[in-house]
Amino acid sequence: MSRASKAYIAGIYEHPTRKAVDQTVPQLHAESALGALLDAGLTKDDVDGYFCAGDAPGLGGLSMAEYMGLDVKYTDSTETGGSSYVVHVGHAVNAIAQGKCSVALITLAGRPRAEGVATLGTRDYGNILPELGFEIPYGPVVTNMYGMAAMRHMHEYGTTSEQLAWIKVAASHHAQHNEHALLRDVVTVEDVVNSPIITDPLHRLDCCVITDGGGALVIVSPEIAKTLGDRCAKILGHGEAIKHLNSGNIDLTYTGAVKSGPIAFEEAGVTQADIDYVSIYDSFTITVLETLEDLGFCEKGQGGKFVSDGNLISGVGKLPFNTDGGGLCNNHPNNRGGITKVIEAVRQVRGEAHPKVQVPDCTLVLAHGTGGSIATRMGSSTVILGRNDA
Amino acid sequence: MTAADQTTERTYPEPAINLETEAYWAAAKEGKLILKKCNACGETHFYPRAICPHCLSGDTEWYEASGKGTIYTYSVMRRGPTPYAIAYVTLEEGISMMTNIVDCDYDALAVGQAVEVTFRATEGDQALPVFKPTA
Repeated sequence: MSRASKAYIAGIYEHPTRKAVDQTVPQLHAESALGALLDAGLTKDDVDGYFCAGDAPGLGGLSMAEYMGLDVKYTDSTETGGSSYVVHVGHAVNAIAQGKCSVALITLAGRPRAEGVATLGTRDYGNILPELGFEIPYGPVVTNMYGMAAMRHMHEYGTTSEQLAWIKVAASHHAQHNEHALLRDVVTVEDVVNSPIITDPLHRLDCCVITDGGGALVIVSPEIAKTLGDRCAKILGHGEAIKHLNSGNIDLTYTGAVKSGPIAFEEAGVTQADIDYVSIYDSFTITVLETLEDLGFCEKGQGGKFVSDGNLISGVGKLPFNTDGGGLCNNHPNNRGGITKVIEAVRQVRGEAHPKVQVPDCTLVLAHGTGGSIATRMGSSTVILGRNDA
Repeated sequence: MTAADQTTERTYPEPAINLETEAYWAAAKEGKLILKKCNACGETHFYPRAICPHCLSGDTEWYEASGKGTIYTYSVMRRGPTPYAIAYVTLEEGISMMTNIVDCDYDALAVGQAVEVTFRATEGDQALPVFKPTA
């Protein structure tokens, strides 16, 4: 069967650096762009649409288009944190389908390690956000916001630290095969639950890495994809959503994936049972657990049981995930992991993942991005991809 | 760690205050927790706004909350110089708000625990609503 696709992912690139002491942020964007264009078999002169998020220096894409010498007639700088780049994939599909552009470049880059940016401190969002006075004095940081979601999930569903640990264990099994991964040691459930508590109930090994680097994607029209060969991945479905605190009627046990997932599945015309591989945003173990439930891979509240006993390990479990090692072990460039989720999903559907983790006959894959703070004020985006002949 | 060790609290940053929220912070200085309710649809919302997020009516008004609620969720930050408990507390009025839990044994906190409002001074001499376990 051959499914219709309005656009294809033709090029991917994950910058190999994890600490960019000698490179600027614009340079990392441009190196990533070049890598993805070379991967696609295109040049920068083919690019007529440019997509970036808040990590790109300057107003939207203006400065980076100039830096890279792009001549574009379409641009989108939608900013939803780490999910931005998955959102951009969907927006690029729409732009291409409408004839607004035919080769869309998406880039991400940053160097929080080299710049020594603390993540424990309160984020600086400027002084105009309406919610600011009701949050900042209480010390919300990335880790304790995710910790509160995990605590509530445990309370409502009996989820345990050991179950969450299985997510990190699976990621570590995959990362051992990735020469670029920041953390390549295989860890056990005991290693995770015995690592120090950062903020209840999250341990150090429940948290993702902090890395410098970048990534890029090249999205092309079906006409151009035909000229580039069978490494192009079909974009079959896409969804996006914002979830927030809902006027004070909060629920921290689910994410925006409850909205973005069904939209993507419906557009793709496939079900969860059809999916051979998933890239799930893994800023923390709890991010994966709630997202898998919300995307319908198991019932709400059953995520702990679902991820246990190696069910996410390629070649072992039923739903191989994050075979590059994910954000938990491999890479979380600039604290924004959406683009690397799409990149590994494309590798899988091309059959170009590491042989030790490649899913056999991988035909349909899903990549999901999460941005902002889980379940409280967040962006979610889901994309479903198919092999060139899917 | 004992409860006595936890009497050292972090310094509370001064809240950002604007035209929509200055009454909330003025009330806090008087030891009152006030909320915004919409006269058009009757719903209470949080954080307080001039415009009701339920129906977009501009006819919103302040009222004093009971100050009692339960812990919806929490997380004790163990890293950094001074541990602290961040939480969402669900008030009797139905809404949940971010806060800190104080005057407590961090190791004995629980989801569902009854709490009541108290106040802490912030930098800049503002008063901040926080919660403590109900006696």
